[in-house]
Amino acid sequence: MRDNLILRVTARILIPIIILFALYVQFHGDYSPGGGFQAGVIFSSAILLYALAFGLDTAAKVVPNQALIATASLGVLLYAGTGVVSLFFGGEFLNYSLLADEPTTGQHIGIIIIELGVGLTVAAIMLLIFFTFARRILN
Amino acid sequence: MIHEQLSVLLVVIPLLAAPITAMFNKLSWSWLITLLVCASCCFFSAWLLMDVANGEIIHYELGGWAPPWGIEYRIDALNALVALIVCIIALCTTIYSRKSVEQEILPYQHGMFYAAFQLCFLGLLGITLTGDIFNVFVFLEISSLASYALIAMGKNRKALTSSFHYLVLGTLGATFFLIGVGLAYAATGTLNMDDLAAKLPLVENIQMVHTAFALIIVGLALKAAIYPLHLWLPNAYSYAPTVISIFLSATATKVAIYVLIRCLFNVFSLEYVLTTWLPQIMTVLGAVAILYGSVRAIGQTGMKKMLAYSSVAQIGYMIMGIGFLSQQGLTASIVHLFNHALMKGALFMAAGLYIYRVNTATFENLKGMGREMPYTFFAMLIAALSLIGVPGTVGFVSKWQLINAALEQQQWGMVVIILLGSLLAIVYVWKLVEVLYFQSAEKIRVQGVESGSERIGSSPLGMTSAMWILALACIYFGFNTELTLGTAGTAVDLLFSAGGTK
Repeated sequence: MRDNLILRVTARILIPIIILFALYVQFHGDYSPGGGFQAGVIFSSAILLYALAFGLDTAAKVVPNQALIATASLGVLLYAGTGVVSLFFGGEFLNYSLLADEPTTGQHIGIIIIELGVGLTVAAIMLLIFFTFARRILN
Repeated sequence: MIHEQLSVLLVVIPLLAAPITAMFNKLSWSWLITLLVCASCCFFSAWLLMDVANGEIIHYELGGWAPPWGIEYRIDALNALVALIVCIIALCTTIYSRKSVEQEILPYQHGMFYAAFQLCFLGLLGITLTGDIFNVFVFLEISSLASYALIAMGKNRKALTSSFHYLVLGTLGATFFLIGVGLAYAATGTLNMDDLAAKLPLVENIQMVHTAFALIIVGLALKAAIYPLHLWLPNAYSYAPTVISIFLSATATKVAIYVLIRCLFNVFSLEYVLTTWLPQIMTVLGAVAILYGSVRAIGQTGMKKMLAYSSVAQIGYMIMGIGFLSQQGLTASIVHLFNHALMKGALFMAAGLYIYRVNTATFENLKGMGREMPYTFFAMLIAALSLIGVPGTVGFVSKWQLINAALEQQQWGMVVIILLGSLLAIVYVWKLVEVLYFQSAEKIRVQGVESGSERIGSSPLGMTSAMWILALACIYFGFNTELTLGTAGTAVDLLFSAGGTK
């Protein structure tokens, strides 16, 4: 890959901001537009920019394939697990109100954990798709 | 506590297990997890069926949100029966799968294969259990996306194109269904099936509802591979990995037909359907499918493709039964849905065993294999006789019901076609028997390479026992019709009383 100074410097400045914005969209999702899916996509775009600026192999060192698969699976587990926890508290599947003493607090906790699960899975899957196709083209 | 949660557990167990399976990339572990998942789902769905067999309806509010707004799982005799057959087939397929997967799927894909299998399984269960029409679409997509990936894992390069073909047509079908659901939502403001059924009659005569009806039916017909929309099926089933051919042929189209029945009788009422041309169209398309599928099956040169075309014909019987719009016709369809899953499962398992041993399932390479593998041949014969409808097998029960339903409405033409379909089935089954048993084995060369040379000496126990379970079930349910006919009768009573009260 050709050494592109401007791209690298800009990427270095932009990536933290993008990740910060992703986290904002993620955790402020229950008050403002946003949520796990959008945050996951924004987060993955930060890594994607890193891969474009510093090369695929460097990016693969940051996020190895196995880690991506594990993260994607963990996200789904987090989602389903929250539902199962509410089952154990005697409610229906995904009934967040039972997660805390106060139903409203429980609903806040529930939606934040669920959206975190969605965010993890979406970010990991987006990157997996990108890496799979990028490697295929390079090979 | 577990009792009230039964319906959701069926979906939650595979949902929890699938990501875990994806992380373990070892065949033995992923197989074991899948086996446990399927066995527990099988147990729970049998329990569920016992609860609703007497005509009771179970409602389950997901997340504690009340039905018209929240998603509701609504289980009656019909979907409990469909869920049970999906679980039984999934369990038998998993028992069968181990050696076959080891042979056909690349080692680094084993974990992913089983994870996708579980996702497909959970999608199909979700479709059957949910009482929310948008939720049906969501689960339809989960199961379809998983099955596209699974079909593409087939060893033959054609698996990729047939999977893509299925992807394009399947997405088209799902989109039609979604647009239809969207229009129905625009007309009524609700997505809950019960609520839709209550509100649709009030807006019955506006154009939008007719459009919604047409789009939903066409979308589902594509998914169910009803005759002119069946084009994706033969290739997808014959190039998919064996395990997936078994699972999908026995469950996927059945579940789509279940949704079709649900939409016709529960969402749109019987009276509404009677004002359209649909019943006549379905009966005629069913008849054409029976003849077309059987004739094409006779012409095939490979076992898997023959079975796939025979599926097209068998779907014809179910559609014809629905098209009669009578209690007996619908009972015949539902029973055939259950029975066909058993026999097609057994037949594809037999084909899979031949593939395991000889590495191919074209008739040229299978000559004389029936004598070499008598047990497999015999199990296949039982299932094949059932496909024809010989008394004492499950095929007879459902065809007898269907003929009675046709006689009841004095549709003589349809009676002739059902009988003709059975005759054509005899022809292709005989072709199979002749190739496997009466022709002498010979070595074939394909492009200079001797094909079928890498033979494996014996059949694995898991594969044969799973096949025998289904083959014996073909006989058992042929004599003991209490479960199938009894439950189908209860289900049909519920469907018709739902239409009558509105």
